[in-house]
Amino acid sequence: MTRILMKGNEAIAEAAIRAGGVHYFAYPITPQSEVGEYLAKRLPEVGGVFVQAESEVAVGNMLFGAASTGKRVFTSSSSPGVSLMQEAISYMAGAQLPVVIINIMRGGPGLGGILPAQSDYFQSTKGGGHGDYRLLVLAPASVQEAVDLTMLGFHLADKYRNPVLVIGDGMIGQMMEPVEFPDKYDEPALPAKDWAITGAKGRKPLITKSLFLDPYALEQNNIVIHAKYEQMKANEIRFELYKVSAKNRMLIVSYGTMARICQTVIDDLEREGVSIGLLRPISLWPFPEMQIRTEAAKPNIERVLTVEMSMGQMVEDVDKAVQGKKPVDFFGRTGGIVPAPEEVRERILKLLDGKMAK
Amino acid sequence: MNEVKDSATTITFARPQAFSDMVTHYCPGCTHGIIHRLVAETIDELNIRERTVGVAPVGCSVLIYNYFNVDFLESPHGRAPALATGLKRVSPELIVFTYQGDGDLASIGLSEIVHAANRGEKFTTIFVNNAIYGMTGGQMAPTTMPGQVTSTSPYGRNVEEAGWPMRICELLSTLRTPGYIERVAVHTPQNIVRTKKAIRTAFQNQIDRRCFSLIEVLSTCPTNWGLTPCEATNWVQTNMSPYYPLGVFKKPEPRIEV
Repeated sequence: MTRILMKGNEAIAEAAIRAGGVHYFAYPITPQSEVGEYLAKRLPEVGGVFVQAESEVAVGNMLFGAASTGKRVFTSSSSPGVSLMQEAISYMAGAQLPVVIINIMRGGPGLGGILPAQSDYFQSTKGGGHGDYRLLVLAPASVQEAVDLTMLGFHLADKYRNPVLVIGDGMIGQMMEPVEFPDKYDEPALPAKDWAITGAKGRKPLITKSLFLDPYALEQNNIVIHAKYEQMKANEIRFELYKVSAKNRMLIVSYGTMARICQTVIDDLEREGVSIGLLRPISLWPFPEMQIRTEAAKPNIERVLTVEMSMGQMVEDVDKAVQGKKPVDFFGRTGGIVPAPEEVRERILKLLDGKMAK
Repeated sequence: MNEVKDSATTITFARPQAFSDMVTHYCPGCTHGIIHRLVAETIDELNIRERTVGVAPVGCSVLIYNYFNVDFLESPHGRAPALATGLKRVSPELIVFTYQGDGDLASIGLSEIVHAANRGEKFTTIFVNNAIYGMTGGQMAPTTMPGQVTSTSPYGRNVEEAGWPMRICELLSTLRTPGYIERVAVHTPQNIVRTKKAIRTAFQNQIDRRCFSLIEVLSTCPTNWGLTPCEATNWVQTNMSPYYPLGVFKKPEPRIEV
């Protein structure tokens, strides 16, 4: 493996190719345009498919058509573009199709701005489109992790026949960091894709659909996909602990770029004798609810603080996880403002001094 | 197929292999059944059943996948050309067709069909135009005729407010990208024969990896038009065909190197 310096967006694009994701459909949008620009050059070299669609509505539905063949397909976009894909995402979840969607998030609502934000947490983890469905949602905190999670995303999409969302704030897409790509993407064996649309040669015709007019059949489809969500909850919860110890007075829960800023704050405060631990969810769905509950319940923990680049979205899930056993506080900036370590530090100290109740 | 065969019997009209053994749900006098059959016959004749994939619309023909003996995708409303694009781009060996009504293609899916045609996607679209939304109960479509009474144009289509009916073949034939665009009808036996020929040409274009093809078929909706089946076929002749002239609007030209 060689270590190279690469911009997040380009590294994600290369990671997809290394994982066999060589069929890409997209529409340009800032701050992730480099993904498509990189792939427009690279995919012809590897015999892949690059289509610039007329809209993200079309992108989602091109993915739907392409994913039905069982080949690895993906797109990248940013918040308003992902909103337009929600139609197809719901259909693909209902029809059980594997697809990887990269969302390099920008500030909203509406056209919002083009700077980093984490305000698509609700859209990513709570649905976004209509109907009872879930997406596997992975949130990298570095360019290397964006590479690793993009590759993993293709595997998990196939494993569960479900759309996977990799969400990074704009910072993940725009910053350059050293990355390593594995020479070969080793992944566990996957079940045969006997559902893939290949033409009805030597078998009965296959129908890829989410339409079930018989209510019992529709309920049954929901039961089948719900069982997969339960498996995901059992097998796919990912998180990282940072400086978590029995001495911690506070547990911070934060993800993506924001979690790295929190690490800086934790290091600074450690030198001043204030012990704080961090739990960084890597899978936002399934959410590390039990792990947060366990850490928050530890005797020395006085409060739990959720830090996000939003007005407070993941904090609702943290609150639910903690079950009222400790006070849960929130600090966030949004609109494209990335909180400085000093702001976070100040909030922590105020909370620990008891000067600031929730 | 359960055919009775003996030495004295010659079968001259059998169920195409591309058809499944199902009774359709269409209303009496609806021409979807005829158009389905022409597509199935074509698939048989071109010997492409085992590599054909259909993309179903949202509308009356949403359940088309039950009637064919080929792989099918069921699309969101209007997006069939986007699904077909994805399918055909990653699996160009497949023969892909979309089957869409006028609400699906000319209203909610207009962007998808125009851009698929303009990219020259090498699939085939069967566009069934019966001037109304059938499945949802007879609402005004982009192709509803001026003055035509529907459940959402109870005083007749007012072209001042709703505009004039959209002529999809004419619109698509303005595109510079090569394509095959033809409008046909199925209200008389002679027209059914012509429609079969058009559908066959459209599939042959795809087999030859030549161009995008769209065949618009003027169809009937006796139920929502409030007419008998016979009155409905007459209505196609007297009301629709003068405004929607039949014929070939665009043929693929020889490739020009740019």
